[in-house]
Amino acid sequence: MKVLLVDDSNTMRRIQKNQLAGVGIGDVVEAVDGQDAMVKLQNFMPIDVVLLDWNMPVMDGMTFLKQVRTDDKYKDVKVIMCTSESEKGKVLEALKAGANDYMVKPFTPEALKKKLGL
Amino acid sequence: MDVAYVNPFIKSTINAFKTMLDIEVTPGEPVLKKTSEHCYDVSGIIGLSGSAQGAIALSFPKMMALKIVSKLLEQEVKVVGPELSDGIGELTNIVAGSAKAELAAATNHTLSISLPNVVVGKNHSVTRPSGIPGILVPFSSPMGDFGMEVSLKTT
Repeated sequence: MKVLLVDDSNTMRRIQKNQLAGVGIGDVVEAVDGQDAMVKLQNFMPIDVVLLDWNMPVMDGMTFLKQVRTDDKYKDVKVIMCTSESEKGKVLEALKAGANDYMVKPFTPEALKKKLGL
Repeated sequence: MDVAYVNPFIKSTINAFKTMLDIEVTPGEPVLKKTSEHCYDVSGIIGLSGSAQGAIALSFPKMMALKIVSKLLEQEVKVVGPELSDGIGELTNIVAGSAKAELAAATNHTLSISLPNVVVGKNHSVTRPSGIPGILVPFSSPMGDFGMEVSLKTT
């Protein structure tokens, strides 16, 4: 499984990368914002899963998600929003925009494993 | 400011430390902050806007902030630098994000949060705009004592 990890926080990327390593996933591509993620997605396909932060500078997670879902070649890429935005309205907004799943930070390695279907 | 507005921030601070750092933090008695007392070395600050306006700040002694970020990164961080700022900023972001959802559910206040800012400096103090009251909650933990301050003006 190849994962694209998108978060502007280096700390959060490191935490999630360590969590992914803990569940046996070492094939991880990192991006610092939505714009960077668009480039990485294009360059590193096939990507199986995108772990996507919401609030980021330059291009936020929602804008990235909407762009990805307009492109048919990414239709099989699973997008999981990983964000501190936990209101029901935000969850529904993300799912409506094409997110496959939603995780509220902070989450445990066990929760991540479950969301990844491992 | 209604003290009830502070409870979601206390709860989310406890939860963030438990989930991210596996440590139990204990809140002390909240106090109304009249001056800029209670100084620390590193503060993560996030602005709150929407149907209420203000900010939340998590403030730590330098050594505690270094210990926190070292644990988050699973790698020892010895100096104050970008890693420290990013780690404390992200911890504050998670506390604020989680609290605003709970606040919305409890009080119908819908808030937006800013990207985190981190202030580093020995014995700095966090002030707030005049007219916006601040409540300071001292916390104790096995890593040391720290402060969480919420200032919120409801309209």
